[in-house]
Amino acid sequence: MDAAHLSGVGMVTLVSKATDLWDIVARVVDPEIPVLTIDDLGVLRDVTIDGGTVVVTITPTYSGCPAMRQIEDDIVTILGRSGFSNTRVETVLSPAWTTDWISEEGHRKLANFGIAPPTLPEAILCPVCQGNEPKLIAQFGSTACKALMVCASCGEPFDYFKQH
Amino acid sequence: MSESIISNAPQGMPAPEIDPEFHRLLAHADDNLVLSHRLGEWISKAPELEIDIALGNFALDHLGVARLILQRAGVVEGRGRDEDALAMGRTDRDFFNLLLVEQPNGDFAHTIVRQFFFDCYQLQLWPDLAGGKDQILAGIAAKAYKEAEYHHRFSMGWMLRMGGGTDESHLRAQDAVDALWRFTDEIFEGEAAGCRAGWDAMISETFEAAGLTIPEDPYQRGGGRAGYHTEHLGYLLGELQWMQRTYPGLEW
Repeated sequence: MDAAHLSGVGMVTLVSKATDLWDIVARVVDPEIPVLTIDDLGVLRDVTIDGGTVVVTITPTYSGCPAMRQIEDDIVTILGRSGFSNTRVETVLSPAWTTDWISEEGHRKLANFGIAPPTLPEAILCPVCQGNEPKLIAQFGSTACKALMVCASCGEPFDYFKQH
Repeated sequence: MSESIISNAPQGMPAPEIDPEFHRLLAHADDNLVLSHRLGEWISKAPELEIDIALGNFALDHLGVARLILQRAGVVEGRGRDEDALAMGRTDRDFFNLLLVEQPNGDFAHTIVRQFFFDCYQLQLWPDLAGGKDQILAGIAAKAYKEAEYHHRFSMGWMLRMGGGTDESHLRAQDAVDALWRFTDEIFEGEAAGCRAGWDAMISETFEAAGLTIPEDPYQRGGGRAGYHTEHLGYLLGELQWMQRTYPGLEW
């Protein structure tokens, strides 16, 4: 599959191409939480084809998320490596991103990485020992989307991906 | 929402001649841009590492909101100015932020009281704008509301801790309230008048719990929405804009 094949193909083929393209773009990872892809995060909203251009639609997690520019560059790069030289990345704000859009797979990957996935505050589990009495150390952790907790059972400090 | 955002040029001074829609967007963008800059001044200097990170994160949120609204403002203005041109290329008289957000950081209490007043306002404002005619602004507002909730949780927590803490922390919190209260009426001039009741209720609740007092002396200052600022904004813009002023169009 390459860019040259994109022009002049029928609608049915275009749809399947767009699905393939989604799989390519979905491999881009979040630069700040590299175990998660932008697909896991729900940041990737749509991949379509407009003439000879691949149009990728993403949504920011937070308005000031500094990773967005990096993600845009990574999308252009990964498509370029697959032979698609014409890519346009569009950003949509509405509906606003929510942690509900993080996939089940994303939740599992976060926990394995040592970050408690988003959930109701009373349901937060320590990603190390599964202890269920974490204490909040700071509402704002290493990034805007995470809070810093400490486990009352094993004493491990850990990041919690805030429900948002 | 049909009223103009401003009507607050000082007595005898002309109101700015500007398209009302463009003006409204600049006002909201400038509030966030200027406050973002002030919060950024704390980075590496906050009382604790966690506070340093929190204030830096707020700055980032406010900057993100400012960028999005300035992009929209550039489109509405239709003269080809982008977010950078609008942020870096206007002088103080063409900034329409509230006087509150340009006030210096002072001590930690001043920063928190300023933030708390502003957060309570944003929690009233964003739902209004999220239901407005401009679909782009509505999308920005819906997103910004969720962020304002986090900011408010932080600033309110410190209002309670400082107000009900030691004699010293209480004194400093009350000093900051006394110094900044004069900039609160301006928030509700023009179309934000409808935000006043909700704001008053939030302030009263927290002040009561924190043992803080609303100043008796109601001397109030305004003018920011019309481009008439306190002496502090020019210095802030000097720092914000010097690079683009010295090397126009410079990129990294």
